[in-house]
Amino acid sequence: MSNLSKLQQVLDSGQFTVTAEIGPPKHSSAEGIRHHAEMMQDYVDATNITDNQTAIVRMSSIAAGVHVLNSGIEPIIQMTCRDRNRIAMQSDLLGAYSLGMRNVLCLSGDHQKFGNHPTAKNVYDVDSMQLIENLRRMRDEKVFFCGEAIKEAEPQFFIGAVANPFADPFEFRVDRLEKKVNAGAQFIQTQCIFDMERFERFMEMVRERGLDQRVHILAGVTPMKSWRAASYMQNNVSGMIVPDELVERLKNAEDPKREGLDICIEQIKYIKEKIKGVHGVHIMAIAWEEVVPEIVEKSGLYPRPKVD
Amino acid sequence: MIVAQQKPVSEIAQMISDCKKVLFLGCAGCVTVCLAGGEKETDVLASAIRIKRTLESNPLEATTFTCTRQCDPEYIVGIDNLVKDVDAIVSLACGVGVQYLAERFKDKWVVPALDTKFIGGSVVHGLWEEKCGLCGECILHRTGGICPIIRCSKSILNGPCGGSQHGKCEVDKDVDCAWQLIYDRMRALGKLDKLMEIQPIKDWSKSRDGGPRKAIREDVMIDE
Repeated sequence: MSNLSKLQQVLDSGQFTVTAEIGPPKHSSAEGIRHHAEMMQDYVDATNITDNQTAIVRMSSIAAGVHVLNSGIEPIIQMTCRDRNRIAMQSDLLGAYSLGMRNVLCLSGDHQKFGNHPTAKNVYDVDSMQLIENLRRMRDEKVFFCGEAIKEAEPQFFIGAVANPFADPFEFRVDRLEKKVNAGAQFIQTQCIFDMERFERFMEMVRERGLDQRVHILAGVTPMKSWRAASYMQNNVSGMIVPDELVERLKNAEDPKREGLDICIEQIKYIKEKIKGVHGVHIMAIAWEEVVPEIVEKSGLYPRPKVD
Repeated sequence: MIVAQQKPVSEIAQMISDCKKVLFLGCAGCVTVCLAGGEKETDVLASAIRIKRTLESNPLEATTFTCTRQCDPEYIVGIDNLVKDVDAIVSLACGVGVQYLAERFKDKWVVPALDTKFIGGSVVHGLWEEKCGLCGECILHRTGGICPIIRCSKSILNGPCGGSQHGKCEVDKDVDCAWQLIYDRMRALGKLDKLMEIQPIKDWSKSRDGGPRKAIREDVMIDE
């Protein structure tokens, strides 16, 4: 089993990278995720496996990651701080590495209030910043979170984190990104970008600080199926900014799904050509995984580079 | 009541090492009762740091005052003139008081002198014990008036776990097993059958897990 993350190799080679997202099912069959993985296989460099996203119980990201890996795509395991304390986190990290996982994306996780177990306790023993830092220490200093030595076979993860340019306070989002880079983040995936102007301002500040030289930044995009979906995200999902023009454009479209895909493809092309410092794109086709190949192809990002 | 304990003097001194004029502000509420931040403790702390600073040739002008309560805006309003000229306020209240001060005095550096420990009571003079876990939905009627949320190290609702031996908790031989206490009391009251009911998974959204909480009493609100 290779120690090297394919995602890291593609990013380090300087090529514009493509990642996507697969959401594990609310049941115990891997058929759907295997299907999605096989379908996306040639079109992405790696795919995120979400960790009980929006706090809804789903198949574990690590277990789903094994299915995805066996179906030919390198997984990026998402790990939230909501459901595990530091003991469970490290245990899962060791297990994940033993199963061939090479990339971990560290994040806080949506509050359980939004999911299907709103009366659950939340953990947050460790926060996302601390998870990043300690994951790096596991790899580089060969120690557990407590400082005790990992005597052999320390997990050597490629460490990812998220950034949300659409949350507040706006300027501090860049500080926090820098803090994550200092902690050990090697790649960043952003929240879905709809407000391109704000993302450009964000990237301007990122470049001013030279952060794009220190970390690989993947811009998050999401194709929208309908104006209702856009309007929902505009009003009900915190930390998102969806401009009215986008909602209107979908509303006026004859074929809204087609329009949604076109918007997404335009966004990717714009990001790739016009915004300096972005190293790739992260396509979050939520419950619409089958459109990923088309988006990649029409954005001019196919074929994907081959790495060993 | 809220039980708090003073931080080490050196640690408090460090927080204000670059300040020349400081107000040490005690609280006559809970922290006076638990002997952590009342008038006496405030004066002693201010003197200790004043002496320390004099010995370090970095003299400190320290004033002291003790509010009726720091967790009520009306008692903080009255100290505006004491705060006006100081570089910092050292609060000897619980974490609530520190935050009320920081909120009112926007341009002042406010630091805590105490560690706010728990909700509890005194056992003997000089010993306080944690008794309430602030879970937001009291279950003491099901557990014989003994709280397993905070007194059981695992917050188990259908205990005791396998770590209970000789009435003590596996975590520390000085800690009573809450479930042994619950069992003994329920048995003495002839209510052991109640312990046979499986207590369901708890609604933690009523605790801190649901986010910062508010208690509202519209009937006593004053319209302005």
